[in-house]
Amino acid sequence: MTEHSVHRRAFLAAAAGAGAGLVTPARAQTTPAAKPDPLITLVQPWNQQLGDGVVTAPYGVPSKFEKNVVRRDVEWLTVRKESSVSFTPLHELDGVITPNGLCFERHHGGVAEIEPSKHRLMIHGLVDTPLVFTMDELKRMPGRVNRAYFLECAANSGMEWKGAQLNGCQFTHGMVHNVWYVGLPLKALFDRAGVKPAGKWVLAEGADAAGMTRSIPMEKALNDCMIAWNMNGEALRPENGYPLRLVVPGWEGNMWIKWLRRLEIGDKPWEQREETSKYTDLMANGKARHFTWVMDAKSIVTNPSPQAPLRQKGPQVLSGLAWSGRGSVKRVDVSFDGGRNWVAARIDGPVMPLSFVRFYVDFDWDGRELLIQSRAMDDTGYVQPTKDELRAVRGVNSIYHNNGIQTWLVRGDGETENVEVS
Amino acid sequence: MSKFRKLALGGALLAFAAGAALAQQAAPARPAPLGRVALPEEIAAWDIAIRPDGKNLPPGKGSVKQGEKLYGEQCAICHGEFGEGAGNFPVLVGGEGSLTGPAPTKSIGSYWPYASTSFDYIRRAMPFGNAQSLTPDETYAIVAFLLNQNNLVGDDFVLSKESFASVQLPNRDGFYEDDRETAEKHFWREPCMKDCAKEPAKVTSRARSLDVTPDSKDGPKVE
Repeated sequence: MTEHSVHRRAFLAAAAGAGAGLVTPARAQTTPAAKPDPLITLVQPWNQQLGDGVVTAPYGVPSKFEKNVVRRDVEWLTVRKESSVSFTPLHELDGVITPNGLCFERHHGGVAEIEPSKHRLMIHGLVDTPLVFTMDELKRMPGRVNRAYFLECAANSGMEWKGAQLNGCQFTHGMVHNVWYVGLPLKALFDRAGVKPAGKWVLAEGADAAGMTRSIPMEKALNDCMIAWNMNGEALRPENGYPLRLVVPGWEGNMWIKWLRRLEIGDKPWEQREETSKYTDLMANGKARHFTWVMDAKSIVTNPSPQAPLRQKGPQVLSGLAWSGRGSVKRVDVSFDGGRNWVAARIDGPVMPLSFVRFYVDFDWDGRELLIQSRAMDDTGYVQPTKDELRAVRGVNSIYHNNGIQTWLVRGDGETENVEVS
Repeated sequence: MSKFRKLALGGALLAFAAGAALAQQAAPARPAPLGRVALPEEIAAWDIAIRPDGKNLPPGKGSVKQGEKLYGEQCAICHGEFGEGAGNFPVLVGGEGSLTGPAPTKSIGSYWPYASTSFDYIRRAMPFGNAQSLTPDETYAIVAFLLNQNNLVGDDFVLSKESFASVQLPNRDGFYEDDRETAEKHFWREPCMKDCAKEPAKVTSRARSLDVTPDSKDGPKVE
């Protein structure tokens, strides 16, 4: 290699680092260990003995060393597990796809157990021909699509309205996941039934013991809603609506009816319990916002975070997720001083509308206290607000749609806390 | 399989593919039939959604008095004897005037905009764990009792498909459509990148002072 090319490489590395406000040296200064590492010098059991054969786990499971990577619930939050929520361990994950077994759960009447051959989907109401489909028939229908979308519960971060409450992004932000769906556009079904001109609303209903229902405007239904039977390449998990669920991209998770059995077309919304008593946003003046469907741009630093503190000084990879229900994430900024100064994070992996993006900031930590924040911006120009900016408009009783900027305090010992700052 | 047969089969497959392509080109506006027509009995069995205008309410009726008995047997264990809620289960009664306070109570009387929602929800999802077991008459009676507990109808009131329209909930006008694009227009902006505030950031609230986080250190141990 010529001297010229070495210099050129060093320059490129520095230029790349400068994008994140950092300069990476061409080669790190490292030192030898005091004594040889026995993990290298001694033969280990796994170097010597045969391991498990194939099909020891016909359906594979994570390594036993990953046993802490699990969904968790907050016991005091709900009275019964059948009408409760579990949270995705965002701090243990990377990339943009949430593994099926770690997707957060929210049920209102437990997980319905439905044999696919006994499942039916009905379309009726203001249609030319009311129709019934079996799962087999749906899977033979032309026009199948593959799409990745985030799904966020409207109540994600809902416990944080009155101040910092839960120590861990799993609990503050874990009611969100991002999954590849396979299924059919709702439009393909509606075209078969023939929607009458007066048909402006769709009621979607689940087959579970809560008979979950939501009203969806026809315009959205025809635009990008789909029915899905497959997530991340395999059948839906029971807790995510097996054998069939509704996908309502960018809109609050409660509308994504699981165990979907019925689509009624009507001329007005049905004003169901989940769109009146719940999922309406109570403002400080006692009035409530109704039909707040879109999930606004939001981001969260997943590492470091209270469940994933910094362990030592030196090079660190700050990592996080951003999403927007209005379009694509255009940029994510990160602050280390509680929002006084910001650097643009590096986004890696696919940037797709209504889907997670993964961001990183590589940085050196010298042991000083940090107040870490992230701020997402989407392609409509919407910038994720601070929690206080949200409170100034909405008060503290709205429960839903808290997309305010999260602050993590990293202390000198690396321990990380959920805090709010001035 | 002989070489000849393989060739013949290949040819047949090609011919089939060509036929399919032709069929696709000549496809009519309506796709080939799939699924079947839903029968009226099937629609009636599943179509239980009730709208605020009373559309789809079933025939039937129930009195406050009948509702009181049914409520005591079927509902009170979770929602309390008077709808005040037991444990963490939802409160159904009271809370008027609480919506602007620090702990709003969102009951049928204080928050819900439409009586139809209570009929719809009770019939489809209640009692918890035994959904869709109540008859229309029983559902009318339980709703009548809850309206009475919320001081919205008298003790002699009988709720029916016919009398439903006479019931108006107090918070009917307490809602407005999503106005974020105007009320929060200032969130569409050019973000500040440098020296965004004069004073350094100060911690104003800490989750640890509440101490309500489930202890992640209690997670499963690695053997």
